[in-house]
Amino acid sequence: MSDTTTAPAEIKLPKDLAAEKGMVNVQIDGVWHQFPRGTRMIEACRSVQVEVPHYCYHPKLSVPGNCRMCLVQMGMPPRPAPGQEPQRDEKGYENIGWMPRPVIACANTVSENMGIRTKGELVEKCREGVMEFLLINHPLDCPICDQAGECRLQEFSVGFGKGTSRFVDLKVKKPKNVDIGPRIRLDDERCIMCSRCIRFMDEVAGDPVLGFTQRGTHTTLTVHPGRILDSNYSLNTADICPVGALTSNDFRFQMRVWFLKETKSIDVNCGTGTNITIWTRGNQIHRITPRQNDAVNSCWMPDSHRLNFHYIDSEARLTEPLQRDANGQYQPISWAQANQSIAAGLKHFSASQIAIIGSGRMTNEELFLTKQLADQLGDTWLSIVPRTGEADHLLVAADRNPNTTGAQLIWQSADPAGSLNAIRDGIRNGNIKALISLGEDLISDAGFTADDLAKLDFHVHSHILANPTANAAAIVLPGAAFAEKRGSMVNLSGRLQRLNAACIAPGQAHDDWEILRDLLNKVSSDPQQMPNIENVFKKLSESVSEFENLTLSRITDQGVVITETNHVIPLLENERARKAAGVING
Amino acid sequence: MAIVKLTRPKLSVGEKIYFGALLKGFFLTMKHAVASLRNKSRGAKDMASSGLGVTMQYPEQRWDDHMPEHYRGAPTLVTDEQGRERCVSCQLCEFICPPKAIKIIPGEIPSDDPWAKVEKRPKEFDIDMIRCIYCGMCEEVCPEQAIYLRKDYLISGLTRAEMVHDKKKLYEIGGVRVGLVNKWNEIK
Repeated sequence: MSDTTTAPAEIKLPKDLAAEKGMVNVQIDGVWHQFPRGTRMIEACRSVQVEVPHYCYHPKLSVPGNCRMCLVQMGMPPRPAPGQEPQRDEKGYENIGWMPRPVIACANTVSENMGIRTKGELVEKCREGVMEFLLINHPLDCPICDQAGECRLQEFSVGFGKGTSRFVDLKVKKPKNVDIGPRIRLDDERCIMCSRCIRFMDEVAGDPVLGFTQRGTHTTLTVHPGRILDSNYSLNTADICPVGALTSNDFRFQMRVWFLKETKSIDVNCGTGTNITIWTRGNQIHRITPRQNDAVNSCWMPDSHRLNFHYIDSEARLTEPLQRDANGQYQPISWAQANQSIAAGLKHFSASQIAIIGSGRMTNEELFLTKQLADQLGDTWLSIVPRTGEADHLLVAADRNPNTTGAQLIWQSADPAGSLNAIRDGIRNGNIKALISLGEDLISDAGFTADDLAKLDFHVHSHILANPTANAAAIVLPGAAFAEKRGSMVNLSGRLQRLNAACIAPGQAHDDWEILRDLLNKVSSDPQQMPNIENVFKKLSESVSEFENLTLSRITDQGVVITETNHVIPLLENERARKAAGVING
Repeated sequence: MAIVKLTRPKLSVGEKIYFGALLKGFFLTMKHAVASLRNKSRGAKDMASSGLGVTMQYPEQRWDDHMPEHYRGAPTLVTDEQGRERCVSCQLCEFICPPKAIKIIPGEIPSDDPWAKVEKRPKEFDIDMIRCIYCGMCEEVCPEQAIYLRKDYLISGLTRAEMVHDKKKLYEIGGVRVGLVNKWNEIK
C-alpha cells in the first residue's frame, strides 16, 4: 500500500458515486441523471421534464401496462465476455447497447447505466402505431364530447398520431350514453380500455363495481350486474378517464372546458380541507375538481363536496343590505347606513347582553376580526356553530366545519363552540338581548327556534342566502361564498391553506372580512386602516404565534403545517400502505 | 421560421426616374374618366346606372345578382335534407369568433327524439349582428357543417335587441342545405 505512492487515489466511477446514495445513473435522451433505485422509468422521465405520453398509468394506481402508449427505447451496457473489461466513455459511464425493440416505461424500473430514448424513429413509429389502433373504433364524437379540450386521445393524436385513417371496415358498435350511476355517464365507444376507473374503484374507493366484459376489440367497460356506480367517490373516475368515456352528469353539456378559468382553492365542506380547482367562466362556476396535494387529499375528492356549489348561483342569494322597517318589510339600505344602524343599535346594550355567533366556515381573517369585534364590544359571548356528520373511511371528516382548528388557534379556545348552548339559554331567558350571527343559519343548523330569535331586541345577521334566520333579523348583510373569497383556513391536520377568489360576489354583497372590518371600525374608538386582506393577515400573524412570519402568499398552493394535531386522514394511510407494499409509485 | 433573404431589384435608369410610370397612371385615369363621361365604363350596363355611368342608384338598384359565390354576408345556421339541425353546440364558433358575437347555451336532445343519438344541440344560439364582422371564421371552424355565411347583407333593426339573431331567426335565414356529410346517419 504505502509503497505505491505514485498512483493517485483511484477515481471513483459514476456508478459507485451513485450507489453510495442509493441511486442509479440513467441516461435520458442523451443526458445523464441520477434516480433512486426502483424508480419507474416513466416517473424518472417525468422528474426531469421529459414527457412520456401515457393513458393507463396513474401514479396513485397500480400499473397494468395495458395501453402501450408509453413505449420507449431502452439500452443497457452489453455484458462483457469473460475477462473483458467493460468499455467506458471518458466520464466513466459504460457504453450503452440499445435494444432493437421498445419497452413500456410505466412498468419497468430504472437500473444502473440504463439508457432511455423517448424520441427517435423507433419510438415515434411505435406511438403512431398505438395511436392508430386506439383510434380504429373511436367515434367522431369530439364536437359533442365533454372531454374535448382536455382529452389525452386528442392531445396525443395531434402530437404523435398519423393524422389520417387507413381503416376501411365497419367500426365496432358499443353501448353509448349508458346510465351507470347517479352522477356518471358511460360511453363505451369512446373507451380505450385503460382500466384506470376499474383500478380506482377497486384500490382507492374500495367499491369494485366496474370491470371489463368481452374480449379483444369487443372489450366493454361495464358495471357489475345488479350494481350501480354510486360510490361517493365516483366522479373521480371521470377526472382520471383520459378520454370522454366517463363524464359527469352534473357538468354534462354545461360548458366546453376551453372557456373555463382555473382557480386554485380549498374545499369548505369538511375539516379535511381538500385542495380543489374551481372552474369558472365569467362569474359562473361550472365545476370543481380535486387538485393534487399528497399531504391532504392525494388526487381525489368526494362527490358530495364536489357538487356542493350550486347554491352560490341560487335565486335566494342576498345582494343588498336590508333593514326591517316598522311594517316588518325589508328595505334595501346602503352599507354606510347599515353600519350606522348597527353601531347605534348596539349602543343600547351592555357587553354581557350582546352575543356574537360566528361560523366554523369563516376564514382565519374573519375569525380574527370577529374576535377583535368581540373584544371591542367588551363581549364575553362568542361561539361558532358546531357541525358534525359521519366520517367515511377516506376523505370526509366527522367535523364538517372546515376551519375549527383555525377558530381554536385564533380564539385561543379549546372548544370555540363551547358557549353556543349558553348563548341559546341566555336568549331564551332574556339575558342576551342583542345578537350578531355571521354566516350561520341558526334556525336550521344551531338548534334555535324562530321564537327564540323573536325574543331578541336587536339581531344582525350576515349570510349569503335568504334563510329563516335572515327572516328574523333586524338587519341582514349579504356576504360572499367560499368561491368568492380570498383567505386562509387551517384543516384538521393543522395545515394552513389558502382560498382564492374565483368569481366576484353578486350585487352589493361584500366579502365577509370587509363587512367585519367596517363594522369593527364603526364601533371602535381607534379605527384601523385595513385596505386589503393582507393587512388583516399581517395583524393576525402579529397576534397569534402559530401564524408568525407568514403572509397569505407564503402559504403557497400546497399549504403549510402550522400546528401539530393527531388527525389522521384515512385515505393517505391507505396510500402510504400501498406505496410501502410497492403497489403504487407516486 | 426560415429566413428568406431578399435582394433589391436592379432598376434601369428609366425606372429610376419614374416619370414614365407617372404618365402611364395619368393616361389610365384619363381613359376611365373619358369612358365614364361617354357612359362606356365597365359594368355600366349591369348597374343600369344614371348620369355618368359610375353611380348605382342604391337601394332602387342593387348589385345582388353580381355577388360572387364566396360573398360573406350574415352567418346563419342550416338544416340538412333530413330536417336535422346540423349544429351540435360544440361552441367552437363561439370560441373562434374574433368580436365575440356568438353566444351559445348547449342543451341535451331528449331520448325520445329521432336524433337522440346526437345527444347535443343548442338550447340557445345568439349572434349579435352589431358585433359580427363577417369574417367567416365560424363557418371555417365548424366541424359539423352547420354554420354558413349567406348573401344577406341588409341587416338592420331599430333596437339593439332586434340586431341579435336568435336560433329561430338563424335557421330561418339559413334554410336547408343539401349535399353535406351526414356523419350521424346509421351506416347502411
